[in-house]
Amino acid sequence: MSALSAVARAPAPRARALRPLVALLLAAGLHGAALASPASDIAELKKALATMKSDYDRRLGTLESQLHETQAELAKAKAANDAPPVAAASTAAPARAVAEAVAPVAPIAAIAAPAAVVDTSGNAPTGTAAGGANAFNPSISLILSGTYAHTSQDPGQARITGFALPPGAGVGVGSRGFSLAESELALAANIDPWLAGNINLSIGGDNSIEAEEAFITTTTLPSGLVLKAGRFFSGIGYLNSQHSHTWDFVDNPIAYQAMLGTQYADDGLQLHWLAPTDQYMEFGLEAGRGRGFPGDDGSRNAAGMTAFTFHTGGDLGDSISWRGGLSLLQASATDQTLVQDAYGNLDATALFNGRTRVVVADGVMKWAPNGNATHTYFKLQGEWLQSRRDGNLSQVADGPFALHQVQSGGYVQGVWQFMPMWRVGLRTERLNPGRDNWALAPGLADDFHPTKNSVMVDFSESEFARVRLQFAQDRTRQGFVDNQWQLQYQTSLGAHGAHAY
Amino acid sequence: MTSLIKTPSLVALALAATSALPAHAAVKVLACEPEWGALATELGGDLVDVGVATTAMQDPHQVQAKPSLISRARNADMVACTGAELEIGWLPVLLQQSGNPRIQPGQPGNFAAADFVRTLDVPKQVDRSQGDVHPDGNPHIQTDPRNIALAANALGARLAQVDPSHAAQYKQRLDAFNAKWQGNMARWAKQAAPLKGVAIAAHHKAYAYMEDWLGLTEVAVLEPKPGVEPSASHLEEVLATLKSRPARMVIYSAYQDAKPDEWLSEHAHVPAVKLPFTVGGTDGAKDLTGLFDDTVARLLGALK
Repeated sequence: MSALSAVARAPAPRARALRPLVALLLAAGLHGAALASPASDIAELKKALATMKSDYDRRLGTLESQLHETQAELAKAKAANDAPPVAAASTAAPARAVAEAVAPVAPIAAIAAPAAVVDTSGNAPTGTAAGGANAFNPSISLILSGTYAHTSQDPGQARITGFALPPGAGVGVGSRGFSLAESELALAANIDPWLAGNINLSIGGDNSIEAEEAFITTTTLPSGLVLKAGRFFSGIGYLNSQHSHTWDFVDNPIAYQAMLGTQYADDGLQLHWLAPTDQYMEFGLEAGRGRGFPGDDGSRNAAGMTAFTFHTGGDLGDSISWRGGLSLLQASATDQTLVQDAYGNLDATALFNGRTRVVVADGVMKWAPNGNATHTYFKLQGEWLQSRRDGNLSQVADGPFALHQVQSGGYVQGVWQFMPMWRVGLRTERLNPGRDNWALAPGLADDFHPTKNSVMVDFSESEFARVRLQFAQDRTRQGFVDNQWQLQYQTSLGAHGAHAY
Repeated sequence: MTSLIKTPSLVALALAATSALPAHAAVKVLACEPEWGALATELGGDLVDVGVATTAMQDPHQVQAKPSLISRARNADMVACTGAELEIGWLPVLLQQSGNPRIQPGQPGNFAAADFVRTLDVPKQVDRSQGDVHPDGNPHIQTDPRNIALAANALGARLAQVDPSHAAQYKQRLDAFNAKWQGNMARWAKQAAPLKGVAIAAHHKAYAYMEDWLGLTEVAVLEPKPGVEPSASHLEEVLATLKSRPARMVIYSAYQDAKPDEWLSEHAHVPAVKLPFTVGGTDGAKDLTGLFDDTVARLLGALK
């Protein structure tokens, strides 16, 4: 593209450069004319100018026709180019040699493209193979989303009874009425032959900007290894690593809210290894600072979070695919403030020192007739989380004491696309607060288990836009039933982001 | 904690044991679509071990990077795909998750057939208001056997590059394929002569190359925008168009829902013709030769 425009522009600057020369000649000529007999000289000058004009017209014409010829030849060359662009590369030094071998071919392809355009107006296609300074711009993808929420309880009072969380933990629908949900801006590109980079900025309805993910990742490590560094969503479970615009419900499961601080992201390193087997088996190791709950972002040299993930999966015939996994995340906390919802809306706080281990078992199964999900498909997924806290509590009424707490919970959901564009989904969730020796939950009914049931219907007018209506009956706060209606739109602009399974 | 630290050394050991592949192993090719799998088999024979990511019953735009595909990509020496952004919704994530440097873009093990043919329908403006447009042009290149010939030359050379110890065999197989294909193309050209200038309606803009090859005239497309399912109101419009510009048949691909085509067939009184679209789409399309034999036969059948 750039080569083409450089050629196309060439005559113009040349003509411009000639203008002062012409002016000078004119001035000299006029000056001369003033001295000699005027009429004949002016006629001669006019003639000279006309000759010059026709001369340049001819030259421009020649250049243009040459340009057209070149274009046609290049188009032909591309069509007939049956040798692969990398044919010259020796196998001994692939990456570099390939880059060099490809280089001379790339401009040909770029020039040939407009020649193949059906339209002959000569307008170059916009948005393809941008040349010049923009050629290396990262791909940009933007998610715009908004919600309307109608709840029967005040979202400000949302609690998950029996689950002690840090103050300000994201629980419940957030806010009522109209709100700008999370907008996401993602930029991604290769950095060099060995690394790629990616950033996901989340812009909240309250004008806050958060780097949701910002990492670099290797692209050429051998043997199925991929190393990631920076901030990333942990690979534990199924939903944890997925951005909110790919969720099948407006909100994420209460088990994630109660045990992983809605979604666990951390600053650190992640090593993935894909086993060289026919059966999909992926192992992951992560180490991070323990930035979010159940970590506490404490000041320490050692890793505040370590995680191990394992996933496997495969196909059952053409119509069914599945993935299952088991993960363990361990995070440390030092003087972590925890707020426990006590019956009667009396919140009690304490400081926790110790370690939290979260085990996640996850499974997902997708069915589509012959594997063709265009018309109908069904997706069944479920996750179960167990959180174990071991350490001690201080600043509580009856003095510091050792805390051993085991809590668990999970969800099962099914989403069915019953016709193109239309889907319905059901989700049922249940948590078990467990029994522990923290006496700060007075009045916690022996048999109270936070539960939530949700039903949603969504319509996708295209791959890039979706409207969703969701109703949920939330019984996560003892003694209250919150009927939540949420209406949401989600759109995707820019780069066509490929989604993980 | 200690167990977590020990694991990487175990991983490293396992890698050392598995990274050196035996020299006699066949080249593992993962084809994105059946036609490139069939072509790799024609050109590689016993030298290649071909897996195909999709079937003729699946829409190649709408595939997921599912676990079985990730593990196949992990172990592949080469991916053979269409390119031109046909696989944009799943191939990039598949390549990224495979952790396999051999098949990344720019490597000899990443083959995109559309790089070697002249693409049609390159939009002069790219905007999503136009539907799911492909900025690099129409990606359904396999419906023209001339493109198969171009892709074969490129793929043959690429196989020889990935597996240089068998370069002579690949050359030999490519020459044999070319000879056979030239004969095939001459036969199809002769058989399909009555199709020249015939007006058709198509379900999706999937046959631009076939129309170019056979001289068919596409007078209507059932999808209002690429990738958007035909609606009742749009079908009425298409029907109205066909009143002024009659088509001899309406064509659709094996993986597509035939209901709109059958509706139009009934109301416009023209046959609805199911085309294999790729290898395996119909019983007759067992291989590449069968794909075009069956396609030409079905089109000719609709003229009767």
